[in-house]
Amino acid sequence: MAAAALSRQPRARVLASLWFAGILGLVGCSEPAFPRDAEGTLERVISDGVLRVGASENRPWSVVDDDGGVSGTEADILSDYASTLGATVSWSTGAESQLILALAEGDLDVVMGGIRSDSPWSELSALTRPHSGSWGPDGKREDLVFACRLGENALLTNLERFLISEGLEP
Amino acid sequence: MSPASFSHPDLPPEQSKALHAAIRLEWITVGVVAGIVVIVGLTAGSSQAMRTAFAEDMLSFLPPLAFLVAVRRARKPPDDKHPYGFHRSVGAGHLVASCALLGMGLWLSIDATLGLLKGDRPPIGVMSIAGFTFWAGWAMIAAMVISSIPPMILGRMKMKLAGPLNDKVLAADADMNKADWSTGLATIAGVTGIGLGLWWADSAAALLVSVSILKDGGTNVRGAVKDLLDSRATTVDGKAPHPLIGDMAAVVHRENWVETTAVRVRDMGHVFHAEVFVVPKDGHDPTMEQVGSLTDQCRNLDWKVRDTVVVPVRYLPDGLTAVGNPVISPR
Repeated sequence: MAAAALSRQPRARVLASLWFAGILGLVGCSEPAFPRDAEGTLERVISDGVLRVGASENRPWSVVDDDGGVSGTEADILSDYASTLGATVSWSTGAESQLILALAEGDLDVVMGGIRSDSPWSELSALTRPHSGSWGPDGKREDLVFACRLGENALLTNLERFLISEGLEP
Repeated sequence: MSPASFSHPDLPPEQSKALHAAIRLEWITVGVVAGIVVIVGLTAGSSQAMRTAFAEDMLSFLPPLAFLVAVRRARKPPDDKHPYGFHRSVGAGHLVASCALLGMGLWLSIDATLGLLKGDRPPIGVMSIAGFTFWAGWAMIAAMVISSIPPMILGRMKMKLAGPLNDKVLAADADMNKADWSTGLATIAGVTGIGLGLWWADSAAALLVSVSILKDGGTNVRGAVKDLLDSRATTVDGKAPHPLIGDMAAVVHRENWVETTAVRVRDMGHVFHAEVFVVPKDGHDPTMEQVGSLTDQCRNLDWKVRDTVVVPVRYLPDGLTAVGNPVISPR
């Protein structure tokens, strides 16, 4: 038993040090290369110059005009964000549930519409950190977030960093 | 030797020191695990592997607590209702802890498999602490590094005590602690995989960790049930029959009135209960003194076998194998 322990210890140590070296190496390659998107969304937004956003009406955060134009506080935030990537927003409008499904399918990059941080959409999408606070219909304070596609962690962290740098928090 | 002494053995100095050290180590473990649970819980987020590691950390409360409770109970002397004493509390604690382990392993591995099949993609965003903004995955990796090291050290220290104390709960606990670093590495690999855009890495790592929990649970349930079924006493790692069985037979064979003998030893947890059946040679009916002296010789072999009875019989009981004349093992 002692012999087995002796022969195992150095191997464990080598393994551990390899891991530490690997992790340190990864720290070196900082974002946006790390974390990466599972489907490369952020790279695509930058190279195509288009951020595909789904908007559902929720005044004053998200306002959909009769002619399909989108405005409101959240629309301004995402337009500003797109311009930091050298991109413009391509708007889609519809019901929140439809937009979230389109997001999960990869047809949209971000969904907005005064989505709450405790929304059940967290099963189907990656909710960002809150960008604003509001009073909910139940009279309680609620945090508002954007919904990104699950697994697209480069876009998620990039958008969250933008929110922090703009000082957007509830 | 008073009849109560076997259930509340005046431990030899080595065992007494080991027991105190083990109790102290287990309290330290409870404290360390509590700290780890907080750190891992705070950073777990939506990584499946992190949540699995969190569950494993919660589970690692069980063996130290089982040990501490069992040691308390086992100290009680036997009474009218409990003529064999309370040593089996170690076995009961072992069974409870290992069943919890097995159940949790099962649940977590099903969860991780479903995650892989459904193609779950865990989102990990940024954390912002005191003006520093960084990817939350780094915090998870740091938490896993911090939480892997102390249990590894504690596990090695406990393993050294489990042998002299003949304590299987302590051994199982030490094994789990020692295996903790592999959980840590798998989880770090999973989180790193997410960072590299490999969505399946997280669930795969969680599956790996849960299978190791499952294996731990299976091994321990088997061991605990074996002990409760009174299987032959073994060394604390369960790999070989306990040398004391052969030693007792050897002591018996030193008596010139003995024809043959069979020794039956079960592990009560910490201490043994031994029955030594002796067939005397034809026309050599042993006296009370001879039987008494043989009993004392057997009991004096080791602190674990104070609860030993010597039974002179005409024939060995069915199912027991006569033991030849082995050599006493070196100790």
